[in-house]
Amino acid sequence: MSGTNTSHSPTNHTSTIGAIGAPSRRNTELALLVFAVVIPVFAYANVGLALHDSVPPGLLSYGLGLGLLAGVGHLVVRKFAPYADPLMLPLATLLNGLGLVAIWRLDQSELLQSIQQAGTAAPRQLLYTALGMALFVAVMIFLKDHRTLQRYTYISMAGALFLLLLPLVPGLGKNIYGAKIWIQVGSFSIQPGEFAKIVLAIFFAGYLMVKRDALALASRRFMGLYLPRGRDLGPILVVWMVSILILVFETDLGTSLLFFGMFVIMLYVATERTSWIVFGLMMSAVGAVGVASFEPHIQQRVDAWLDPMREFTLSRANQPGHSEQAMQALWSFGSGGTLGTGWGQGHSELIRFAANSDFILATFGEELGLAGLMALLMLYALIVERGVRTALAARDPFGKLLAIGLSGAFALQVFVVAGGVMGLIPLTGMTMPFLAYGGSSVIANWALIGILLRISDTARRPAPAAPANPDAEMTQVVRP
Amino acid sequence: MNKPLRRIAIFCGLLILTLLIRDNWIQYVQAEELRTDKNNRRVIIARYASPRGDIIVNGKPITGSAETSGSDFKFKRTYKDGPMWAPVTGYASQAFGASQIENLEDGILTGNDDRLFFRNTLDMLTGKKQQGGNVVTTLNAAAQKAAYNGLKRQGGKGSVVALDPSTGKILALASYPSYDPSSFAGNSTSKDGGAWNKLQKKNNPDDPMLNRALRETYPPGSTFKVVTAAAALEDGLYTSADAKTDSPDPWIMKGTTTKLPNEGNIPCENATLRVALQYSCNTVFGKIGSDLGNDKMLDMAKKFGFDEEQFTPVRANASVFSDKMNPSQTALSSIGQFNTAATPLQMAMVASAVANDGKLMKPYMVDELQSPGVDPIEKTDPEELSQPLSAENAQILQSMMETVVDKGTGSNAKIDGVKVGGKTGTAQHGVDNSENPYAWFISYAKDEDGSSPVAVAVVVEDDNAVRDDISGGGLAAPIARNVMEAVIKSKK
Repeated sequence: MSGTNTSHSPTNHTSTIGAIGAPSRRNTELALLVFAVVIPVFAYANVGLALHDSVPPGLLSYGLGLGLLAGVGHLVVRKFAPYADPLMLPLATLLNGLGLVAIWRLDQSELLQSIQQAGTAAPRQLLYTALGMALFVAVMIFLKDHRTLQRYTYISMAGALFLLLLPLVPGLGKNIYGAKIWIQVGSFSIQPGEFAKIVLAIFFAGYLMVKRDALALASRRFMGLYLPRGRDLGPILVVWMVSILILVFETDLGTSLLFFGMFVIMLYVATERTSWIVFGLMMSAVGAVGVASFEPHIQQRVDAWLDPMREFTLSRANQPGHSEQAMQALWSFGSGGTLGTGWGQGHSELIRFAANSDFILATFGEELGLAGLMALLMLYALIVERGVRTALAARDPFGKLLAIGLSGAFALQVFVVAGGVMGLIPLTGMTMPFLAYGGSSVIANWALIGILLRISDTARRPAPAAPANPDAEMTQVVRP
Repeated sequence: MNKPLRRIAIFCGLLILTLLIRDNWIQYVQAEELRTDKNNRRVIIARYASPRGDIIVNGKPITGSAETSGSDFKFKRTYKDGPMWAPVTGYASQAFGASQIENLEDGILTGNDDRLFFRNTLDMLTGKKQQGGNVVTTLNAAAQKAAYNGLKRQGGKGSVVALDPSTGKILALASYPSYDPSSFAGNSTSKDGGAWNKLQKKNNPDDPMLNRALRETYPPGSTFKVVTAAAALEDGLYTSADAKTDSPDPWIMKGTTTKLPNEGNIPCENATLRVALQYSCNTVFGKIGSDLGNDKMLDMAKKFGFDEEQFTPVRANASVFSDKMNPSQTALSSIGQFNTAATPLQMAMVASAVANDGKLMKPYMVDELQSPGVDPIEKTDPEELSQPLSAENAQILQSMMETVVDKGTGSNAKIDGVKVGGKTGTAQHGVDNSENPYAWFISYAKDEDGSSPVAVAVVVEDDNAVRDDISGGGLAAPIARNVMEAVIKSKK
């Protein structure tokens, strides 16, 4: 924290002072982790008391499980990334823990059990969390330096495309409520888009690092904007096409918005050219409006956003292709009011389908109220802030680009999901990172946190002790 | 690269800020509206989350609550003697919402009313479950039973309303055929939905869910002659019950060549008001209406409560006395035909105003709202609605109505040892009077001190009866007598 964003600047201090250096802040992380485990444990007890008038029998094992995962995470960070950002792990743990509580709370709903939307989701989510933590540990141990990822730029591109196209493979892809973003492997549904997000960020970062000068400098000025050359426009068009294809074939507005937004952010950071943002916004607007005009699934989402009450009425009249979810989510938020009903005392199960995944935010809104939901959003804001800070502190352009790409995508995802559930923008089929039920999301986001921690460790790590260099001595003498 | 990074940071901050603003919008600004939206299932979940408070008659609840399972509604409403009390309680159904008192006093009955806020907060702190309060009604169980059983024995469609003339308290409010609100109080599609469907008018031509006492208007027929008589006395057209009136028989309606007929061979030529009311002379009262004119008749009808909805607090339809009629239409209206139409409540109000020496009290059926701990929250005070006629004229009219029962068409309403005043009515309706007439009877009973404990209006519509058999005196008066007797007995 202190001095991290300036440590690379030679005008402020010398490398020798840096060596005494930034504290590792590992004990801060440990202290925060205690809160991140204790708060969900209290929440869990609270749900049990509200629903069954007794402390839930699984309280101890749940607390120990979450504590164990957090402890392992902490020890691995302490060992392999001692200078990593101290806030991210506790924040992710807290969100993950609260998500588990909300999922368990919805598991208790007889209504959701009767339509097989919940019942045994919480133990599975705990398993996914463990898997996510395992991937996090693997990233910490095996990714010694994030710059090694740079080597896999083009493999990443191929990998990302592969992941994105997987749901379109006949027999493998699965259509759930209109969006084809899942694949079915055995009894597990996997959302490859969540993993593609990270892989794509690696590709963009590697590619843009190499091409940034060409993209930034070789341009013509036109009406006050710097227009890129045709051949430099190639990649942005490719990404745009891919986004549109996802939108058309997988009818997934959220993912395509997310990828395109992430690319525009990274492009802008790499080239420092505002014109790219103008281009990006124009192209996403053209793409979204174009596709929405002929894709009924997207149209229905837009209609539901514009008039959720009408959508509710149509759904109640048994008109096919309509859903009352949007209105139910709004009632859920409204019924929560300022302070909420308290854990376990709301009726967010009325949302029915995807109540514990895409719509889990409604449960938080209803039961923790405006106050609780704002606090929750601030937790997300803090993760994004730590990510951006890591990008600022990173010393290498690849690290900067990767960090801003990942945290920008994280922010966009939070906005798209929360905005969709709260009726600010049309609903999309994405899930709230860490909170929502879903293996892919939890596992991928733990990997994302792992990579960000690795970058921040590299950024905050004191530079190696300067060699006995007479020039350095001289500099030190000259400067006051 | 740091300058664009900072800008992206601001952009991300704006995204979060937008979410926070939106959150405040839906969870603070719009929260109340969303929370209380009638389509928001939480509203009915809350309604049935705890046992509902009771609706009370004579200190005993006529409602109850039963715990249910297999639904997000915990408790179901039950009713004692449901069909008898349905016109009073209305229904509270998990599947079909609530009506009448169940709906109007829902806040008290569920315990969600703001006036219970302090108590609820206290309960929350002490860990007690929220409870519903009670609604104490003005009704009299014995009178209601007499009214409902009378209609039931009669077998045809009909209604009875009994009022306490000095306060406006509703003592009986019966409608027949009726329905049992228990039968569809739950939310099972087959059982409750089926029962509900069977009661709908399209499936049941008798329309059992219609609250005839408050929501059906009938031509009042000759019972309206009491209003016409009151108008004549108040205007000074005639000042005594026993002076001859200027009434030819047959009388040809002004502006027409049509004779207004009397029923049967009765002494109506220049009859006194007393005799005219006793024999129910159309010629006398038709001419009075025509002589007074539309405006004066309308004015008197309005003073009795016509042309205005009444809120008891359950809404009663407005009874009708028309405006801008020509003299012959006014004449017909003044004997309760043509456009004139009245709810049973309205005609009970007419009888009660006469019985209460000219003062019309606002009819009401909710006496008191109680908190769950039976502390009173709100008590309804009797309220004077208007004074259609002076005390002297009211007493003249009383003596006329008492003659109707002593010697005239209303003799079936006589009660031993009690002075009873009344008026029969047989109202024709349908094109060319082709349908069966309605049998009306309005009356009041009087204590020895001259005050009146009860006024009643009874209407019976009987599709099966032979037309000649239907007359207010024959079908409706015995029911009125039983209701009045029940009230008098319960007072002792």
